[in-house]
Amino acid sequence: MRRAAVLALAWLFGVAAAPTMLITDLSEARIEINTTFKGADLLVFGAIQYPPGAVPDKAPDIAVVVRGPAAPVTVRRKARIAGIWINTESARFESVPGFYSVATTRPIAELADDRTTAIYEIGVDNLQLSPTGGTEAGAFEAGLIAEKRRAGLFREAAGGVTITRGVLYRARMALPAAVPTGDYVAEIHMIRRGRVIASSSVPIAIAKSGFERWIYVTAQEHSLYYGLAAVAAALLAGWIASLATRRD
Amino acid sequence: MDLYLPIAEISVNALVIVLLGGGVGFLSGMFGVGGGFLTTPLLIFYGIPPAVAVASSATQITGSSVSGALAYWRRGQVDVKMGSVLVAGGFAGAGLGQIVFRQLQKLGQIDVAINLIYVVFLGTIGGLMLKAAIAELRRDKAAAPPPRRRHHPWVAALPGRMRFPRSGLFISPLAPLLLGAIVGVLTVLLGVGGGFVMVPALLYIIGMSATAVVGTSLFQIIFVTAATTLLHATSSKSVDIVLALLLLAGGVAGAQLGVRAAQRLSAEKLRLALALIVLAVALRLLIGLTWTPATLYTLQAG
Repeated sequence: MRRAAVLALAWLFGVAAAPTMLITDLSEARIEINTTFKGADLLVFGAIQYPPGAVPDKAPDIAVVVRGPAAPVTVRRKARIAGIWINTESARFESVPGFYSVATTRPIAELADDRTTAIYEIGVDNLQLSPTGGTEAGAFEAGLIAEKRRAGLFREAAGGVTITRGVLYRARMALPAAVPTGDYVAEIHMIRRGRVIASSSVPIAIAKSGFERWIYVTAQEHSLYYGLAAVAAALLAGWIASLATRRD
Repeated sequence: MDLYLPIAEISVNALVIVLLGGGVGFLSGMFGVGGGFLTTPLLIFYGIPPAVAVASSATQITGSSVSGALAYWRRGQVDVKMGSVLVAGGFAGAGLGQIVFRQLQKLGQIDVAINLIYVVFLGTIGGLMLKAAIAELRRDKAAAPPPRRRHHPWVAALPGRMRFPRSGLFISPLAPLLLGAIVGVLTVLLGVGGGFVMVPALLYIIGMSATAVVGTSLFQIIFVTAATTLLHATSSKSVDIVLALLLLAGGVAGAQLGVRAAQRLSAEKLRLALALIVLAVALRLLIGLTWTPATLYTLQAG
């Protein structure tokens, strides 16, 4: 009862004082993958809106997270059997983001304690990947993260967020060419003295467009016709080349 | 020139892919092999997902074999009757291969299995071909008459003989049917045309007339790789038509050059060269299997 009263008071006070807010926008809310797609640079930017008269002297810390749709992943480990490296053990992770990139003003360890960064999933080591079974989930998780980093699909950039005049923030997030398609989200967290004070999130769509989309959709939905067209195209190309180069 | 592949879902340098196709196409026209045993590993090495590399390589082989097969056709070096028997076996083998492929994928052993089968097949066949080619070259030097061509005793023992006039054979169709089926399995599993199995088997086991071997092998490859493309397109949806056409652009030109080059070289030297290429690829893959890999972990969606 007493707790509820305190909470109600805090809420009233909060409304009266207007909490700190983050305003966020993106350079592109929709990224189109076309024939010449080589990866993209996504600019996440915005402003910190403080309550009147509450602008601090020192700029806060900001963490910008861009993450793609989560999907299950099986991680397999090779072991040497009879001189040959063979996949032996495996572990399954239920929710692995297809893409995860975080940019921060300072190294993640300096922003907040481990508990806070784990709750907000700031940093590739703080992702909740939901491992199932296996006694060595830790080793497999490290392997998964290393592979994703190598593919450029997991990224961390300390110092990747710049804050101007204490209120404007911006981060340039690089998306590699191999970025998976789907519904993404950009999450922005403002951190002060180890606590997350304000957060905002903006959706991003990454989709194939034009010719790429047409080919992909045809392959998925009309796979037999797609296969026949592939064979016909191959035969035709071979025949044309044969005619073009025929001399005898 | 960078190009985003719609099914492989990566950006590649189109020129590299065209040149890769051209080099492999040259070998295709020269030896009557589809060249898939080079295309697939090279594509995977370049970063194309293995399933896409296998499927698209099969599509490319269809096209590159057409120009080669037509060139042999005009010289009357295709045995359609023998080819049809091989194709019938190939269709059955492709269906079987598809089941094996899915099983291995479920077990997570597909990449190791693909490499192992490559090493065993390429190593064995390359070794046999090298032995035969060296023996033939020695005989040439001694100026002794070549031994009479004769098919394997097992082939002669099979019932129900048929005449294959173009091949100069009177044998049971069961032998080429089984050979076609084995090659069909390899086509689906490895993304190869299977010419590297077909050509020596037709020569040394079936005992077919050497002039018709390469053309007939290409004839069979066209049909079986086309069926494989359809299987992959409908089940794993991993045929990248853009990738296949890029490979073809280089491949068809390379194949024509290869056919012409082959007419100028002696058959023995061709076989020696093919044996050495096959062995080199087997060795490279064996090294990949036995050396400590850079990373022990692999990821698979699902």
